[in-house]
Amino acid sequence: MSKFSTLDKYVSQQGKYELLPFRFESLEDNDVVLTNFVGEFVILKRDKLDEVVQKRLSPTDETYSLLRSRHFIKEVSDTASIELLGLKTRTKHSNIRNFTNLHLFVVSLRCDHSCQYCQVSRQSENKAAFDMTEETADKALQIVFRSPNPAIKIEFQGGEPLLNFDLVRYVVIKAKQINEVEKRDLQFVITTTLSLITDEILDFCKEHKIFLSSSLDGPEDLHNRNRPRPGKDSYSRFVDGLQKARDKLGYDSVSALMTTSPASLTRVRDIIDEYLKHDLDGIFLRHLSPYGFAIKTKSYEAYNVDRWLEFYREGLDYIVELNKQGVRFTEHFASLLLTKMFTSSDPGFVDLMNPSGAGISAVVFNYDGDVYASDESRMLREMGDTTFKIGNLHTNSYEEIFTSEALLNALDDSFTLSAPMCTDCAFEPWCGSEPVFHHAIFGDVLGRKPESEFCKRIMGVVRHLLNKMQTDPEAKEIFMRWANKC
Amino acid sequence: MLTLSGRVIKKHSSVIPTGPRLYSLSTNANLPLALRGKKAFLIKESAEVPTGFSHYFHLEGVDTKIVDPENTTNLGKEFSYFGNDDVVSLSDDGRIRSIYRADSDHNSILLTEQCNNYCLMCSQPPKRVDDSWLLKEAFEAIRLIPRETKVLGFTGGEPTVYGQEFINLVGHTKNWLPHTSLHVLSNGRSFANEKFAYEYAKVQHPDLMVGIPVYSADPTIHDYVVQAEGAFDETIRGILNLKRFGQKVEIRVVLHKQTYKGLPELANFIARNLLFVDQVALMGLEHTGFTRANIDSLWIDPIEYKEQLSEAVKILSNYSIHTAVYNHPLCLVNPDVYPAYVKSISDWKNEFAAECEPCTRKNECGGFFSSGIQNGYSQSIKPFL
Repeated sequence: MSKFSTLDKYVSQQGKYELLPFRFESLEDNDVVLTNFVGEFVILKRDKLDEVVQKRLSPTDETYSLLRSRHFIKEVSDTASIELLGLKTRTKHSNIRNFTNLHLFVVSLRCDHSCQYCQVSRQSENKAAFDMTEETADKALQIVFRSPNPAIKIEFQGGEPLLNFDLVRYVVIKAKQINEVEKRDLQFVITTTLSLITDEILDFCKEHKIFLSSSLDGPEDLHNRNRPRPGKDSYSRFVDGLQKARDKLGYDSVSALMTTSPASLTRVRDIIDEYLKHDLDGIFLRHLSPYGFAIKTKSYEAYNVDRWLEFYREGLDYIVELNKQGVRFTEHFASLLLTKMFTSSDPGFVDLMNPSGAGISAVVFNYDGDVYASDESRMLREMGDTTFKIGNLHTNSYEEIFTSEALLNALDDSFTLSAPMCTDCAFEPWCGSEPVFHHAIFGDVLGRKPESEFCKRIMGVVRHLLNKMQTDPEAKEIFMRWANKC
Repeated sequence: MLTLSGRVIKKHSSVIPTGPRLYSLSTNANLPLALRGKKAFLIKESAEVPTGFSHYFHLEGVDTKIVDPENTTNLGKEFSYFGNDDVVSLSDDGRIRSIYRADSDHNSILLTEQCNNYCLMCSQPPKRVDDSWLLKEAFEAIRLIPRETKVLGFTGGEPTVYGQEFINLVGHTKNWLPHTSLHVLSNGRSFANEKFAYEYAKVQHPDLMVGIPVYSADPTIHDYVVQAEGAFDETIRGILNLKRFGQKVEIRVVLHKQTYKGLPELANFIARNLLFVDQVALMGLEHTGFTRANIDSLWIDPIEYKEQLSEAVKILSNYSIHTAVYNHPLCLVNPDVYPAYVKSISDWKNEFAAECEPCTRKNECGGFFSSGIQNGYSQSIKPFL
C-alpha cells in the first residue's frame, strides 16, 4: 500500500457545504452572475446555480472548486475564507477611515465660456459677487486640515478658476505653509479650460507641482459648438494650452474630461480619435447630469439613458478594438467599475461609493462660504435647492459641518445595503448610493430604483462589461489591466 | 552536480566521541597565528603545510608532507570544490557535509527533516526522528559563517517544528550576520498561531523573508498535494498573520500535473486575497525525493502548461505582484513569460541536456536540475539556433 493518500480522501462528502452570502442577476444566454459581499463574481448557467443553492453541487465539480476559492460557499472547517472576506471588506471600506481627501474650492463662478450644459457658470463682470475672498479661503483651509486624511487634495473649481488666479495663488502658498507642520501628502489640481493659461500661471504650477484637469469634448466643430466663448476659439485655445502645459509641467500633469452633449451622440468614434490625436491615453465617456443649465436649456432631456448607453457601448467597443491593435487606451468609467469588480480596493469615485462619498470622500467650499456635500450639491444650489448645504464657513465649526443633519441623513437614508432593491441587487458591491442625483430627480435621496436612470446607467454599463468578458477573452484581459489603473 | 555530503577516506581517531564538529576552512598559509586556532587548514596545494591550525583536511592526490597526522582528515577528490571560508561538518564516524560554501549565493542550512506536511513531490522526504542536533549545529555554523555573506537560507523539513527555538535561531542569525539577507522555507502552518507569528516578527530581523508554498486556490487540491487535511486553511491564516505583523512573505508554487490546471485561478486568488505578499515564485518540478515515487501522478511536460503559466504571469503582473518563474528551460515558456523568468537553479545541482549543446541562449537559460537530467526531462526542448 502506498504511503500517500489519493485525492478522494481530501474531497468532502456530497452536500456538506454552506452558502456564504451572495446575490445574483440574469445575463444573456441563460447565464447568471453571482456576486459576493466584496464584489467577487462568478458567471454560471442558471441550472448550475439551482444545483448550488439546493446543495446538489458535487464536490468534484469544477464549479465547486471555483465557488469555494472565491468565497461563495465554504466547508465547515474553512475558517480562512471568513477571515479573508473580513479582510477584503475592511480593505474595501478603508477609505472611510481616512475621511475627506478631496476639497473643492469654488474660487469663482465667472467663466469665459457659456456652455449650454454647464451647471454653474456665470457671465458676469461683477468680480465681487461671484469670487471667493481670502477671508473665506482662510476659513476653508482651517477646515481642510482638520481632515484626518494623510493625503489631502485641493481642487480649484469654477467657473473658470484662472479668472481668480490671485486667490488660487494665495491658497496654494498658504496651504503649503500650514503643511510645513501638518506634513500631509498635499496635492493641487486646477480644473480649467486652459483658454486663459499664461506662462506666468504655468511657472507657478510648475513651482508648486499643480495638476491641470481640462475639458475636451471632441473634434473642433463639436468642441466649439459645445463650448462657446467670445471668438469661437475654445478648441484652438485648448490645443495651445495643452501643448504649453505639457512642455512646462510634463505629460502626466494635464488631463482632459469630456461631456456628452446631444450633438456628441452620433460621434463617439470621432471623439475618441480626437483624444488619440492629442496623445491622451484615456477618455472618460461622461453622461450629462441633471443639474444647472443642463436642465434649464433642456440639454438633459435631449437624450435618455438608453441613448447614452448606446453611445457608451459603441465607444467602449471601439476602445477595446484599439487596444487589440496595440494602442494602450483606457475608458475611465469602465476602469472605475472594473477596479471594483476585480480588486478589493475602492477607487473612491463619489458616484460609486457606499456610503455615499458626498461629504466623506469630497467636500465643496462654495465661493460664498457655503459648504456642500459634493460638486453636484452646489449645482443643485444654483437651481435654488440647498438640501445638501451642510454648513457655512463663517458660521459653522468643523464638527457642526460634518455632523450636520443634512449630511448624516443623506448618507444614512441612501445607504445601499439597506436601500430597497439595492440590497437585492447583484451589482450593489460595484455601485454607489448617489443621494444627490436621486434627490434631484425624485425629491428624496433614495428615489425609486426601477425608474432611476442612475441604476439603469450603471446596470447597463456593468452588463455590457460582463457580456464582453464572457464572449471575448482578449477584452477580459484588457479589462483586467484597466482594473489596476486607478 | 556537487557531492554535498559523503565519507572521508581516513579520519583521525579521536578517543572520545564528541558528535559532529564544525570547521571553518582556510587555504591561507599566511594566516596570522592568532587566527589559526579557530580554523582548519585545507591542503589543496603541494606546498609546505603551515602549523598551528586546529585541524587539517588533506585532499586526495595533493602531494605534501603532513605536519600533524593526528589531526588530519583525508578527503576524496569529490570534495576538491571546498574552499577558503567554507564551513564543513565532520562526524565521529567519518561523515563529512558541506554546510556553507563561500563562493556560492545558494547556501541553505538544513534545520530538520521533520515536517507536518508530506508533499507528493517533496525533494527532502520527511523523517520522524529527533534530529535537533541539526538545529544545534546551525547555531554554531552561524558563528562561523563570514559576516560579509549576502544571502543565507534556512530549510527543512519544516524549520518551525522547533517553535521558539527556531525563532531564537533567527534572532541569533540577526546578531551574528546582521547584513545577511535571510530566507526561510516553511509551510507556514505554524504561523496560523498568532502568538508564534508575533514572536517571529518581534525578532525584527532587518532582511528576512519566508517562502511559503500554496499549491492551489482549491483547499482540497492543496491538502492533497501536501497530504494533510486542513493544511490550506492553516497556511493561509499563517500568511495573514505574518503580513499582519509586517513580515515579508513569498508564495511558492510548484507546477506539476496536480497544480497546473488551477494555476490561473490561483493567480486570481492571490491577486484578490493576498495582494500584499512580497513575491510569487512559480517553479518547475525537481525530480528527486518523493517525486520519483509519485512520478506518474506528477510529471507533465512543461510545454503542456505553457498557456496556464503565461496566463498566471499575466494576471499577477497586472496586479503588480512581483512574480518570478523558476526552474524552467527557456525554450519551454512563451516569450510573454520572459519578464518574470529567472535563472535560478542552485549552482550545485544545475546542468544542461545534451540537446542544449548548440543552443545560443544557454547563458539566459535556467537549465535543468541535475536530477532531471538523470531521471528524465521534457522531450520538447529545442535549442535556440
